[in-house]
Order: sequence, then structure tokens, then C-alpha cells
Amino acid sequence: MGVLIKNGRVIDPSQSLDMVSDVYVQGDKVKEISKRIDTPRKSDTVIDASGQVVAPGLVDIHVHLREPGYEHKETIKTGCLAAAAGGFTSIVCMPNTNPINDNASVTEYILLKARTEGIVNVFPIGAITKREKGDELAEIGEMCEAGCVAISDDGMPVADSGLMRKAMEYVRPFGIPVITHAEDIGLSAGGVMNEGFVSTELGLRGIPSASEEVGIGRDIILCELTGTPLHICHVSTKGSVRLVREAKKRGAKVTAEATPHHFTLTDKEVYGYNTNAKMNPPLRTREDVDAIIEGIADGTIDVIATDHAPHSQDEKNVEFDLAPFGIVGLETALSLSLELVEKGIITLDEMIKKLTVIPSEIVGIERGTLAPGSIADLVVFDPGMSRMINPGEFLSKSRNTPFAGWELKGVVSNTIVSGKVVFSRS
Amino acid sequence: MAFDKKHILGLGELSAEEIKVILDTAESMKEISTRDVKKVPTLKGKTVVNLFFEPSTRTRSSFEIAEKRLSADVLNFSASQSSVVKGESLVDTARNFEAMGASIMVIRHGMSGAPFVLARQINASVINAGDGSHEHPSQALIDIFTIREKKGKIEGLNVLIVGDILNSRVARSNIFGLRKLGANVRIVGPATIVPEYFSEMGAEIFHSLEHAIENVDVVIMLRVQSERKTLEYFPSLREYSGLYGLTREKLKLAKKDVIVMHPGPINRGVELTSEIADDPGAVILEQVANGIAVRMAMIYLVALGESL
Ligand SMILES: [Zn+2]
Repeated sequence: MGVLIKNGRVIDPSQSLDMVSDVYVQGDKVKEISKRIDTPRKSDTVIDASGQVVAPGLVDIHVHLREPGYEHKETIKTGCLAAAAGGFTSIVCMPNTNPINDNASVTEYILLKARTEGIVNVFPIGAITKREKGDELAEIGEMCEAGCVAISDDGMPVADSGLMRKAMEYVRPFGIPVITHAEDIGLSAGGVMNEGFVSTELGLRGIPSASEEVGIGRDIILCELTGTPLHICHVSTKGSVRLVREAKKRGAKVTAEATPHHFTLTDKEVYGYNTNAKMNPPLRTREDVDAIIEGIADGTIDVIATDHAPHSQDEKNVEFDLAPFGIVGLETALSLSLELVEKGIITLDEMIKKLTVIPSEIVGIERGTLAPGSIADLVVFDPGMSRMINPGEFLSKSRNTPFAGWELKGVVSNTIVSGKVVFSRS
Repeated sequence: MAFDKKHILGLGELSAEEIKVILDTAESMKEISTRDVKKVPTLKGKTVVNLFFEPSTRTRSSFEIAEKRLSADVLNFSASQSSVVKGESLVDTARNFEAMGASIMVIRHGMSGAPFVLARQINASVINAGDGSHEHPSQALIDIFTIREKKGKIEGLNVLIVGDILNSRVARSNIFGLRKLGANVRIVGPATIVPEYFSEMGAEIFHSLEHAIENVDVVIMLRVQSERKTLEYFPSLREYSGLYGLTREKLKLAKKDVIVMHPGPINRGVELTSEIADDPGAVILEQVANGIAVRMAMIYLVALGESL
């Protein structure tokens, strides 16, 4: 049993490959990429990828799957379906479930669920501290052994700098990175959107840029102190981009991600108290968006990640202060990233790199490449075809997106995981 | 011009013309209040609900009197006796009243934007009676109405707002409304509660009351909320009132015919000395009386918009 993908523009940054060719997948591995491959067997599936791009399956290192505990928002099953529909073949999930993934048994549960119900690869992230409370280290070693690829207290940043330092030191021998949602809670002070003119007009409590920047500054310093690789989540401000750029220049082991919403939208989206524009970090100003785009272009921002954060309609359909932070992203990320290519900010190759090989390297998973012999995770998409974003069609359980009704380019036609077509759109 | 807004959510959303229509309508309503029978049949058969998720006897009573003078059937809902405790959502609560036939909802809520959530999801007209630190349109319209009555105009006046601008819905509504009608708006208070962002809304920022008050026609004193929330922005009420409390001395720096307003209730000795609160230049009680007329105008105009 094999899959033959014919005539696509094969782009694989891991091999500096960009040419129209055929890809042959045998079993769960990539067998061959060459100009012309004739179907070796009758039972093979043939996909005509003419006019489309064939790339390594996309890798999202910032996803909230909500299971266990919040299955009304998303399950591992629906999260994987949404991923596949968006072209993602590997997703790395944050530990803030209920119970929190702060010990090996929760990690094992997630992996078991993913194996039995998920159609894409799921790689869990373990918590840094027990119950993400920020007061004692979680069993990082055991979680690492059970399959966690990184540690993070996403959403509940470790406030105690001493404890954060210990976590970074402790985790170093295990060879997995620390992923930080950097935020100074004292500066955020219960804020619900970006602090600025818009928050002032709307009478909403603001989260200043300084809140994120103080957090990032601290964690970069701790990264340089401990030598542990640090990955910085969802960079949203101009100052953060500058801090990461300078740290990299000094040789710090720092990587950073930006989300499609942070490089696309500004805090003006909140006007009318739109709870689908409420996320943390919040949408910032035009100046910040421009700085993030610049960071994406010059490589300061290594990765595009979604921070896919599903919430039910009832939870979002409330007073702005009461609505939870976060939006779904798996089914819109590719199209929004393609906008950067369309605008000439990055090349298609660079975009794919930030969605495949680099995120794979950061969390140390053997994915994001089509090198012969590697696991056959692929995406086939038409970068020029337009579609209207209709949340009603999402495979995610939730519809909380600010992009409803947007006309965007980029349609995923096939998603292949370990040699199996797990999603196809005719 | 006609007023065709279905809701009154804030002065930020109204044009100068629409604000003037409300003020003019309030003038006719004030005339009704001078009659022996202070009642007109305009809203007969209509039901108005006062949805108060935050306690405010003054604002609610004022709206209730206004509604009754227009002959509306009035329902009062306050959060203490409510299903909010049971976890019923804002929208569900409002829909229940809609099912009972309410066509206008007056909402007071502790969170900014709550009236906007309602307006998007129910068919009734929504009047914002104060939302979080966002807007308090009826209070600002009362202030503006009172200023216009006293000064004969708004355009070109220097109006100073003193106090906790950051957390004040009265301040935001006044800034929007006064700027739209052509007044020069100054704001003054500690730097922690008078942030620079307000200059983008067209207000001139001061941190010294002595400087700010020079040559002003109107002073609007905001109430200092003596809750912790405000006190984290400055060290003590004593220090605050020393710097920003209005005394006769400081008032001398304003124009001779300056008027002093306060949305009430006053903390005597904190925002104002008693001698000023009781001074003929202080129009605090007139504000209360004008409140009913302005609120009648707001209800009347949305009811009109709805029936068109
Ligand atoms: Zn986060």
C-alpha cells in the first residue's frame, strides 16, 4: 500500500527542495521524490497535485486540546480533526487541562487517547510546576520519560524567578526545552486587552506591553544563566521582538514564535466588545504588528504557532471581562501565513520552514521533513485558491475565531499522516 | 433632524446632532415636570425594565420616575434578588424580560461593554445606565444639559474634569460628548489615574489642579470611590484631597462665573469642601432635577426610533 502524489510543487526546506516532482510514500515512510514516478502497484492511492504545493505536514507547537477536563470545548479527537483540516500533522499540546498534565499518568492518558482517537501526531508538553501553581516543580523527569517534549506553565507563568531558574536548571539534562508564556502578572493587573488608546476608550483594563517584555527579559536572562534552551510563546510586542533579537545576537539559546492573529490583527478588533478578539497576550497596535512581521522576515521569530484555544460559544457570549482568553487557530493558520507570502514578507519556502522543520527541531521531534526514509507526514495545498472562512464548517468543536467571513487564499486538499490520508477535500 | 438610534449605548456612538436632539427633547420634558400633572401618555402600554446588576438607588429612581412620567409600565430587576446568583447569563436574564413583553431595557452593569452584549442579542432597545468604567451617557447628558442651561452654549467653553478619570464612566461620556459639541476639555488628577492615552481622545492633561483650573467655565468633580480599587492608585484620601480637593482658594483661579458640578453622592471634605458644595455656583441639586428630564428624553427617543 502506497500513496503517489503526482505533479505537485514539492517544497521541503529541510532538504532545500523546491521543484515540481512526484512523491512516493510506501507504508509509513517517504520512499522517493523524483521528477516522474509511475505507479508501481494497483492498490496505491494516487493524488493529482498539479498546481498545488506538497510539503512536510505542518507542525504546531502551541495547541490547547482541552482533554482531559474540558471536553465541551475540544477533545483530542476533534482537535486532531481540526489540525488535519488545517494541514497540521503534528500538534504539541499545552498542559493546562483538568487535571493538569503535571505527571506521567496524565501524559500517558493523553498519548493513549491520541493513539486511539487522534488522526494526527500528538506530542504533550508537561507542566513546569505542580498544578501550574508556581510553587513546586512537577515531576519533569517522569513526564519526559512518558513522552513530554517540553515543559511549560502556559497561561500561568511561573512568577517566582528562583523557581523558574531551578526548573530551567533541572530540565537541562533531560534535553527538552522550556516553553515560556512570559508575563509579569503584577503588570497585567487583571487586564483583559492591550493597554492603549482602545482600552482607554472602551473602559477595559489594559495589559501593558511591559508585562510581556518584563517576563521575556527575565526568562532570557535565566536562559543565559542556565544554558537551557528557551522557547518564547506568542510574542506580541515590538519590545519583545527587540529583546529576542538582541538575545539571539548574544548567542542565547532562545527561539520565539508568533501567532497568525498577532501578525494580522490589532487591538481595534476589540471595538464593540468582541470577545473573539480577546486572547492573552492581547492583540496589540499596528506598530507591534509591523515589528512582529519584521521579526518574522529577519528570522527573529523562528516559528509560526497557533495558540489554538477553543472555547464554547456560551463561554464567549458574555460580558467582555468574563469571557475566557483565546481563539481557535488550526483551521486558519495556513491561510493567514500565506498572506505573508502574498505580501512578499517571506517566501513560500521560509513560511513552510517556520511551520515544519524549525518547530520540529525546537521540541526535538523527528518530523517536518520529506527526506527519503523519514515518516510520511505530508500536506498538499493549493496556495492560490480562495475560500471564505466559515466557522460553521470547522472540524474543531469550537468556533471562536475573529476571522469569520474573511476571504483568504490557501486550501488544504490532502493531509497525510504516517502514510495514511487522514483528510481530503475534493 | 430625527433620532433614529434604536439604542443609546454611549456618547462615543452618537453624533453631535444626535446629542443635540436629546438635549432639545430634554428641554420639552423639563417643561412637563413643571406642570401640575407631571405625566404624559407617550409610553402607555409599553414595558420598560430597569436591569440593575450593580446597586444604584439614585440612578434607578431617576430612571423609574422618568419612565412613569411617560406612562410606561415599569419592572425593576436588581442583581441581589436575581438569578445571576444562580449563574444565569446576562443575555438569558434579558431574554426572560423580553418574553414578558419588555421593549426597552435600561441596564446598569459593573462591567464595561455589557449593554453592547445585550444590544447585539436582544430585540428590545437598550439604554446604558452605566457600564463598568466605560460610559454613563445619562449622567454626562445631564451634565451637558445643565451646562448648556447655565451658559447658553457648549462650544468654546473650558470644562475641567477632576479625579479618577481612568476608572470613571462619567468622565469618558463627558469627554466624548463635550468634545463633540466643541468644548475644550481638561482633565486633572494623579498620573496613575489620568493616563496619557486620554490626550488621544481630545482631552488636555494636567496633574496640578492649580494649573488646570485657570480660566475654566465649568468644573466637574468626580466622586472618589473609596474602595481599594481606587486607593491602589494613590497613597491616601488625605493626600488626594490635599492635592485635588476643590477649595475656595483654588476655585478663585477659575473664571468668575464658574459653575461646579458633581455627579454625586459627594464625599464632603474629599472632593469638595462643604462651603463649595453649598455655594450658589454649585449646581449639584439642579443636576438631580435635570436628570429626570434627560432620562425621559432618552427613553422617549429610543421608543420613537423603535416604533418608526
Ligand atoms: Zn500562552
